[in-house]
Amino acid sequence: MLTRRGLFGTAAAGLAAPAIVRAEGNGPIRIGEVNSYTAAPAFTVPYRNGWQVAVDEINASGGVAGRKIEVLSRDDAGQPQTATQLAGELLNDAKVDLLAGGFLSNVGLAMSDFAARSNKLYVAGEPLTDALVWERGNPTCFRLRPSTYMQVAMMLPAAATLKATRWATVAPNYEYGQSAVKWFKTLLKARRPEVEFVADQLPALGKIDAGATVQALAGAKPDGIFNVLFGPDLTNFVRQGNTRGLFEGRDVVSVLTGEPEYLLPLGDETPEGWLVTGYPVGQVPAARVFEAAYQDRFKQAPRMGSVVGYTLLHSIAAGIARAGSTDTGKLITAFEGLPFDSPFGPAIYRAVDHQGTFGTFVGRTALKGSEGTMTDWQYVDGKDAQPSDAEVRALRR
Amino acid sequence: MTVLAVEGLRKSFGGVLAVDGVSFAVEPGEMLALIGPNGAGKTTCFNMVGGQLRPDAGSVRLAGRDIGGVSPRRICRLGVGRTFQVTATFASMTARENVQVAAVAHRRGTWRPWRSAADLERPAAEALLDQVGLAAQAERAAGVLAYGDLKRLELAMALAAEPRLLLMDEPTAGMAAGERVALMRLVRGIATGRGLAVLFTEHDMDVVFGVSDRIAVLARGALIASGAPEAIRADPQVRAIYLGDGRTGGERPASGGRDC
Amino acid sequence: MGFLLVHALTGLAGASSLFLVASGLTVIFGVTRIVNFAHGSLTMLGAYVGWTVLTRLPRDPAWFALGVAGTAAALAALGALLEMGLLRRLYRSPELFQLLATFGVVLIVQDAALATWGPDDLTISRPPWLRAYVRIADERFPVYDLVLIAIGPAVLACLWLLFNRTRWGRLVRAATWDREMVGALGVDQRVLFTSVFALGAGLAGLAGALGLPAGSANLGIDLSVITEAFVVVVIGGLGSITGAYLASLLIGLLQAFGVVLIPKATLVLVFVVMAAVLVLRPNGLLGRGGAPTALAGTATPVRPPTRGMLLGWGLLLLAALAAPLVAGPYALSILTEAAVAVLFAASLHFVMGPGGMASFGHAAWFGIGAYAAGLSAQGLGVPMPGALLLAPLAAGVAAVLFGAFVVRLSGVYLAMLTLAFAQIVWAAAFQWVSVTGGDNGILGIWPPAWASGPAVVYLLALTLCAGGAAVLQRVLYSPFGYALRASRDSPLRAEAIGLDTRRIRLAAFAVAGAAAGLAGGVFTFVKGSVFPGFVSIPHSMDALVMVLLGGVQTMAGPVVGALAYTGLYDGLLRATAYWRLVLGAAIVLLVLAFPEGIAGAVQRRLRRA
Repeated sequence: MLTRRGLFGTAAAGLAAPAIVRAEGNGPIRIGEVNSYTAAPAFTVPYRNGWQVAVDEINASGGVAGRKIEVLSRDDAGQPQTATQLAGELLNDAKVDLLAGGFLSNVGLAMSDFAARSNKLYVAGEPLTDALVWERGNPTCFRLRPSTYMQVAMMLPAAATLKATRWATVAPNYEYGQSAVKWFKTLLKARRPEVEFVADQLPALGKIDAGATVQALAGAKPDGIFNVLFGPDLTNFVRQGNTRGLFEGRDVVSVLTGEPEYLLPLGDETPEGWLVTGYPVGQVPAARVFEAAYQDRFKQAPRMGSVVGYTLLHSIAAGIARAGSTDTGKLITAFEGLPFDSPFGPAIYRAVDHQGTFGTFVGRTALKGSEGTMTDWQYVDGKDAQPSDAEVRALRR
Repeated sequence: MTVLAVEGLRKSFGGVLAVDGVSFAVEPGEMLALIGPNGAGKTTCFNMVGGQLRPDAGSVRLAGRDIGGVSPRRICRLGVGRTFQVTATFASMTARENVQVAAVAHRRGTWRPWRSAADLERPAAEALLDQVGLAAQAERAAGVLAYGDLKRLELAMALAAEPRLLLMDEPTAGMAAGERVALMRLVRGIATGRGLAVLFTEHDMDVVFGVSDRIAVLARGALIASGAPEAIRADPQVRAIYLGDGRTGGERPASGGRDC
Repeated sequence: MGFLLVHALTGLAGASSLFLVASGLTVIFGVTRIVNFAHGSLTMLGAYVGWTVLTRLPRDPAWFALGVAGTAAALAALGALLEMGLLRRLYRSPELFQLLATFGVVLIVQDAALATWGPDDLTISRPPWLRAYVRIADERFPVYDLVLIAIGPAVLACLWLLFNRTRWGRLVRAATWDREMVGALGVDQRVLFTSVFALGAGLAGLAGALGLPAGSANLGIDLSVITEAFVVVVIGGLGSITGAYLASLLIGLLQAFGVVLIPKATLVLVFVVMAAVLVLRPNGLLGRGGAPTALAGTATPVRPPTRGMLLGWGLLLLAALAAPLVAGPYALSILTEAAVAVLFAASLHFVMGPGGMASFGHAAWFGIGAYAAGLSAQGLGVPMPGALLLAPLAAGVAAVLFGAFVVRLSGVYLAMLTLAFAQIVWAAAFQWVSVTGGDNGILGIWPPAWASGPAVVYLLALTLCAGGAAVLQRVLYSPFGYALRASRDSPLRAEAIGLDTRRIRLAAFAVAGAAAGLAGGVFTFVKGSVFPGFVSIPHSMDALVMVLLGGVQTMAGPVVGALAYTGLYDGLLRATAYWRLVLGAAIVLLVLAFPEGIAGAVQRRLRRA
């Protein structure tokens, strides 16, 4: 999430851009898409593949309301200010009909704020922060993926049955990590008042000192560990933890670890029996068709990002079709309660907070040959991992 | 009134006594040469007077006021100008601007971030450059000036502060023989004309005996003789050091004595 | 007790990993004076090349060692190529200019690695001997960490022998102090420098490959190691290998115990340590005072602007003012950001060029200004003009407080202390969620209705930023500006004519901080938001790149550099997925074509004509 980038835009390029003449209603529907392609390629490259499959499927079946779909994609370099800059270009110069995308939470929030101000629809794919649909929820913003709260809430029924009462947490030192830990503590305490939390580790994102972190956790003698680390930090953590025996005889609950982008690098070191959210590739009957199409085209199995990209575009197409227009007001009306299909099953965008009910899988990690996989999984629908509507309304002011 | 009075100055570095109880005084309009072989303690004395070093003991009085251990900046403010053994000027400025900066600093005009500096103290700077013979070089960058010209520039900068005392450490080092005499005659004239006291160290004995009113001789940190040039020339102890058995360093009093 | 022992050992293992990266960096700096920003990229390539090699070799210890050695050799060869093809041409350029070239290399390597090895994190499978552990005080401790603990001092010893017991080493040390003398001895200095750079790159490769058993080859390695490597090198004393080892121990042990005692301090710990060390020991632990560490540009003559130049600026300003007549909202938005960039770059140039104080943490003041504006506008309801006034005030005051420590140092030490302060500010912005919103930032800080159209926002930003830059320019030709340059050219002389150089430098620091703060405040209202990224190292690097690209020694440099860099960045970001590769290549080419900055080259041509 830390990448080099400049802040600013050019004079010349913008001045020289030709005015785009477009006949309303004839040309393709343009979707402006912004994501962290260079800052978080492990997720966003499969994600791009995913939405490309969806665009081709939609256009091959005649497009939406008789118009083709066109995605104009930009790289935000991991910077929210760059993302809104490019969103401005997409809106004002490329004349897109709506905005989509986002990986990092702060990019998602900035895009949402920008879209609200420009009165355009913004459909966020990946950003997980709760604020996107709650405290900072905007009428023009919808989000596909389960939020941080939902990810934790989905695991909670299973987590609450674990024997562990002394818990330690480890999370990357930024908002996502802190929120996940906060929800886990709150929700678990609510169900199991007797649990105590004995240590919190907050390594800097991408810079974990894994040996020391593992040692510090072990020193607190927990019998359960809640992990929010992902990516390179997770790999380092798991390797040190395996050698030092941190996970032996302990319950581990770990967010997102079942997603192929984070599970695959663990390889033959994948710890068995962790309770995780993720995506058991190749095991989900409903996803077979999508997985085959994807495998065919990119010669590799899809990742979680692929499903998010694919579903995001299909849900947008469904929304436009329902609205019969690209007018922002009509789009909002159409998206509220909009049913759409995903490789994981049907979902909707909730009217109350514009959150998608597109769910995720909760299961256990397992080792199959020299690769990590998920077993004992079940799909948790996003509608089942929500606070009450009243609470949500209060959070949205 | 005596401009500079040094009493019982003492300084040691890690147990080695570099200057041991040196006393001398300089009057207005007078040029005092501080000479002695290498390692005699000349530069150490100089730096204690100029504020670069703090004396271990003894006093440095400027017009009656003790300035021992006072910072170079304050000492400058009290009316002491100096030149350095290795010239120190502002390479990114023209010769004129160098002098202007010094003059503006002297007039406490530095802390004006809004006024243009181009014309501040310009006539004064040009007059000083003219005085030291650099008028023709005024608009050239200090970075490209010849070494001799840099020495003159330093002199002009030191004079810009209208000092009562001028400290010159090896003012002619690195200059051709003819230039040396010319520069020091110029200083002589200014000293006399302005009533400026000048304390300088010098290796070139032609220069020393040609321009100074009095000479103080240091050897191994102690003052061994002091007086008018003729008296020093005749002093047996000085002769022993400079012409004698060479125990004390082997420096020749001949013209063109080497620089170090 | 056992707990302490295991933690200390863990810290030692971490120290060795740090030292491996830092040793190469300090060797390269010590001899060639190159601030090699690409050292992290070389380490990352070491990891990727190591992965490619090790996954094809049998998995027993001997083959592993051979594979690691081969990787180090490959990186050494790459380093030699890099030195001969690029850096060698820049030894005569102003100090720090090579940093710009290595920054270009960082960008190129990022995309090259992504294209070659793909986006996934790559791991080597650990055979049992790499997973083995020993029991120490009832705790399991990885055998491989013990190996690492031994490798650090072993590398230190090898380097010591190399530099003190071989003819090559003696020549290299001589070259460190006097390049001309070595040339006079009939030694080809170029070969010497190339070999030193190759050695440093080889060490980076070693570090990258040795990191594989404990982690992965991934695209984040470059940035995650480079900052800490610099911190270690600076704490140890630039060019001191033993110092680097001591500093690694210090940091490694502090980290190991720090995560137990204050787990939340992971973001700032090393920077607080560096700041403390530099405040107490301005040349690091073992750095030699008086070593040539100045980054200040050579004292090129600076001339007041001629009438023609003023006319040129006037025309440019007129054109800028007329832009809303022809430009659309998006073009205006980028022009707005360009205006902010100009003031940001000009403020850095103020301290770096005339002030002679290169800063690696200039984004601190930009960010403080931005947060001051954002927090006051949103939290306290201060109207925009008030918030825009608070921005430079807050940044200026902060710059005085930090600057009091900074101006006592010089060269790279000074630059790194500014970086430490910037990181501390960044960590506060990042972690103090209840006030700053953490990494989610502060949103919705838009200008009031009267100033909300793109044209008004643009004209407002242009007025404030061009005005701010003009004020800085004016100050440079004031008596204060001359005194500032005097303090840079010759502190000895400056003090001797009665100038308080430290106070002057501090005042310059405050002025530059306030100007950057104004830029940050304006940016807040332009973007309607503030993020910790505004204070981040990459943002500081942006300013540095803009100033160096334009030319440190010309007053037009920061303007030209800001427009060129932002133009390139924005144009490329939209034009190609491989924008980093192209931007990096463009920077490298510009560096080679204009080794004194774009504006510097133009000025020299004009003067010659």
